[in-house]
Amino acid sequence: MDSSSVITPSSGLTSQALVLPWWKKAALQLRSAPLIPLAILAMLVFTAVFADLLAPHDPTVGNLRYRYQPPVWQAGGSAEFLLGTDHMGRDVLSRIIYGSRISLLVATAAVVVAGIIGTALGILSGFYGGWVDQVVMRITDTWMALPTVSFAILLAVVLRPSEWNIIVILGAVFWTRYARVIRGEVLSLKERDYVRLAIVAGCSRISIMWSHILPNIANSAIVMATLQFGVVIIAEATLSFLGVGVAPPKPAWGLMLFDGKAGLMTGFWWLSVWPGLCIMLVVLAANLIGDWFRVWSDPQLRQL
Amino acid sequence: MQRYILRRLLYALITLVLLSILIFCLVRITGDPVLLMAEPGAKEADLEALRREFGLDQSWVVQYGVFITNMLQGDFGTSLYYRVPAFELYLQRLPASLLLAAVAMAISLLLGIPVGLLSAVRVNTWFDNFGKIFAILGLSLPSFWVGLMLILVVSVYLDWLPSSGSGDFQHIIMPAFSLGWVFTASHMRLARSAMLEVLGSEYIKLARIKGLSERLVIAKHAFKNALIPVLTLAGISLVQMVNVAVVVESVFAWPGVGRLLYEGIAFRDFPVVQTTVLMGGVMIVGVNLLVDILYAYIDPRIRYG
Repeated sequence: MDSSSVITPSSGLTSQALVLPWWKKAALQLRSAPLIPLAILAMLVFTAVFADLLAPHDPTVGNLRYRYQPPVWQAGGSAEFLLGTDHMGRDVLSRIIYGSRISLLVATAAVVVAGIIGTALGILSGFYGGWVDQVVMRITDTWMALPTVSFAILLAVVLRPSEWNIIVILGAVFWTRYARVIRGEVLSLKERDYVRLAIVAGCSRISIMWSHILPNIANSAIVMATLQFGVVIIAEATLSFLGVGVAPPKPAWGLMLFDGKAGLMTGFWWLSVWPGLCIMLVVLAANLIGDWFRVWSDPQLRQL
Repeated sequence: MQRYILRRLLYALITLVLLSILIFCLVRITGDPVLLMAEPGAKEADLEALRREFGLDQSWVVQYGVFITNMLQGDFGTSLYYRVPAFELYLQRLPASLLLAAVAMAISLLLGIPVGLLSAVRVNTWFDNFGKIFAILGLSLPSFWVGLMLILVVSVYLDWLPSSGSGDFQHIIMPAFSLGWVFTASHMRLARSAMLEVLGSEYIKLARIKGLSERLVIAKHAFKNALIPVLTLAGISLVQMVNVAVVVESVFAWPGVGRLLYEGIAFRDFPVVQTTVLMGGVMIVGVNLLVDILYAYIDPRIRYG
């Protein structure tokens, strides 16, 4: 991101504004940023990093004597288990705190994997054209015809559940969007003068793709990645909820919902409410940031 | 036009062939499919017998040939759990899924389109903001969690609706709503942005300059044109719904295709899982093809492009 694009000498600001310290410039640029969603994501990162210090109990080991304890403010709840305990007497709060680690790790890694695959294929397809384009686009079409959830489940059944497999699966499922969009952008970038001049100047194709095309599509790739973050978190929760995601007894939010489903009819609401609320908050935050970022990075949309 | 349709048909065919190869290879690359089918700890002799039964001792090319001919004859293998053809099971479960998808789609269109269009007409009012919040929540909530919360509030605490199963219309309300919310949200957003675009166009300005009443401008000139993209999206959503419904169906024990897939996983019933995924792909390819052809009828630029 170019940090000097907002305040330039030609923009008619007084000379006083020009000598703004860098942090004020940054603040000006970010003045429209959605602060609450950013704070939520920051908190997610914080709890994920410091889970060991924050969690009051071990997330995987429970005490059967304390099964199904309600949250502290309900009759029968104790201050030891602030948000209650599950069917194995494990502390729900601790599991949620450790669960943030899994959600963050899986979603970030899967988005990066999908982004790398999709961007690479999109650039190759758009830049080379011809049969390369045909092959890549037919593969993309096939991939888009896959029922996403079912395909991820099929892969998960074949690969056995684990965090790393989930990352691979989600990465392998979600790259198509990048490939399509980025191919389209490369097609128009290819016709720009600076790319043609680079070809005339004798730059190798790889260096053109790397230093002339990639920087110009990076923006859209990042926007798509932010918008997909939430989708991937829901996908991971879905797989875990169906029992083909993160393997128990690991504390993934989707897995907690799966465990909590049995207690739902008997009124153990805290097992289903807390993890779901966490998923909702994180996805909501990611979506709002993604929307803001999309508009912010595209001046044409900004004016609407 | 004909050339265009032929090309689309060819692409759809290529996609289907690639899809079948993909699923075929997936099963074999990741290990012995027999191990997936057999129970853990099965004897080597039994595994050998299974291998011969499924023709897995032959070369991959031969196997793929058998796989594809069987499939073209409607033979997708036999369910290991139910001991009936997997395709038959699939067809049995399909109507329930289609019903659920139809109701969810009806909700999403009847709610999403009017609210989206009105939001665009009354942009930046409290109504618009309410619609925005409803939409962003729909896109951020996992549909299965919406289902769980509905069960908790409506079934457990209020005791208004049954929490699972199928039968009369009472059973379908909650699953259809938890499935439909996401799609309501995306239809609403698209309807809003399409309407905003239409309202800013030249012919609407002209209609206003002509002195038509605002009501007439919106109902007669803007409405129809804003509808086109939404209806296209609805076609695509319908297929996605049958596929996304997997989780919702398993939450509410709704006896559809998604539930079948879920059971397929639970019982390690590989032919069933394979059939469901493949048929899901076939449906998506089919609808995409239809949408492409419809597009060509509607938009002459594509027809002659």
